[in-house]
Amino acid sequence: MPLRLIARLDIKAPNLVKGVRLEGLRVIGDPAEHAARYTAEGIDEIHYQDIVASLYQRNSIVDLVRATAERVFVPLTVGGGIRTIEDIRTLLRAGADKVCINTAAVRRPDFIREAATTFGSQCIVVAIEAIRQKSGRWEAFTDNGREHTGLDAYDWARRAVELGAGEILLTSVDREGTARGMDLEFIRSVGQGLPVPVVAHGGVGCPQHAVEAADLGVDGIAVAHVLHYRRHTIAELKAALAAAGHTVRMEAA
Amino acid sequence: MPAARPRLVVDACVHDAGMRTAILDYGAGNLTSVQRACAHLGCAADIVRDPSALAAADRIIFPGVGAAGAAMARLAESGLAAALRRAIAEGRPVLGICLGLQLLFEESAEDGGVACLGVLPGRVVRLEPADARCKVPHMGWNAVDFAPDEPLAQGLPDRHFYFVHSYVAQPGPGVRTIAESEHGGRFCAGVRAGSLVAVQFHPEKSGAAGLALLGRFLASA
Repeated sequence: MPLRLIARLDIKAPNLVKGVRLEGLRVIGDPAEHAARYTAEGIDEIHYQDIVASLYQRNSIVDLVRATAERVFVPLTVGGGIRTIEDIRTLLRAGADKVCINTAAVRRPDFIREAATTFGSQCIVVAIEAIRQKSGRWEAFTDNGREHTGLDAYDWARRAVELGAGEILLTSVDREGTARGMDLEFIRSVGQGLPVPVVAHGGVGCPQHAVEAADLGVDGIAVAHVLHYRRHTIAELKAALAAAGHTVRMEAA
Repeated sequence: MPAARPRLVVDACVHDAGMRTAILDYGAGNLTSVQRACAHLGCAADIVRDPSALAAADRIIFPGVGAAGAAMARLAESGLAAALRRAIAEGRPVLGICLGLQLLFEESAEDGGVACLGVLPGRVVRLEPADARCKVPHMGWNAVDFAPDEPLAQGLPDRHFYFVHSYVAQPGPGVRTIAESEHGGRFCAGVRAGSLVAVQFHPEKSGAAGLALLGRFLASA
């Protein structure tokens, strides 16, 4: 099955923003415009992450999802600030295909089970934002890499799958926004052997970085910086993946 | 730096001329995606919940994501199952999508075994890839091989479509398989019986190729 290339769009409503290590945000532009352009250029999936996700702003992300789903006909994943089953229902109704959960799952792991039972595992993604600790292990964090959870990323990923997560998104906080390449050791040690799709995120700055992650056998690669700052095109990333022997979706037209 | 407004290129143009298109709502999944894709193609489709509205439709889209047991229960108690069977028997154009394909068969192994609509002979079984690297649910874009003469597949810009499913149809004798894909083994990705056509993937989420296929259904029906 082709490897998925996912455009990750961090949202601080109403803007698309980009930071470094999930902080220091710069405004990039209009999210829906970018999502539509990436779709036309052959992206396989769009991921909106509401990085403010305060309660009083919930409506803006829902409106954005609705506006995006009117013109973007590839799968749309939405994360950030999801706390209840009703939050998920609202986003799915607005046009999201999958939701991505981090903090709420850490606080109450059974939320994953409830969400998967209600909507099906296929639309529940659990995000693990990890930072390497002195012990050499990766610890899961919440709140854009600011809050310790005490959870070991390897164990937490497996627990999340047992509870019903249909996909695991692995973010290396140290690499995110740096364009220095993905944390391959993290992706290998935590992601390999999981029975559900694994998406690697954080650090792709050039096609070779994507190839390195693909070589580890991930199911998807999420990119942001490289597209938002127009370092490389989706076609260039996919061509490099294809040249390295990975199957990708390329439109003939 | 505002990006240009790109539109997905669709070569199948829909002439709606008063045709009533119904999207069957039985509580399973994201119907608005299908409705928006139709709207993008110039077709104002109605989301329909009651059998009489279904009876008045010129063409029907039977979508669905979710579990077969709950879906069949809702279809049966709402009267939609009978109305859909009648529409199919009358030869009205119907497009089944994902769970909508599976429910057309006689039974599904999901939820411990569910009797389905039985419009088509055959059964639905759990996807069991021979290759352990192939994960279930089968989720993502995959290459689809269409029967060369399948009308919906003519002139598609790409042959990759988006799938999300854990079960697959095993059509019985007499059912024409019009599409196949591979996930640790070949599986049925589409069937046709006259003006009833159904696909396992999601055209409404499959970019330009999906819109083109959906456009062909709307234009042909």
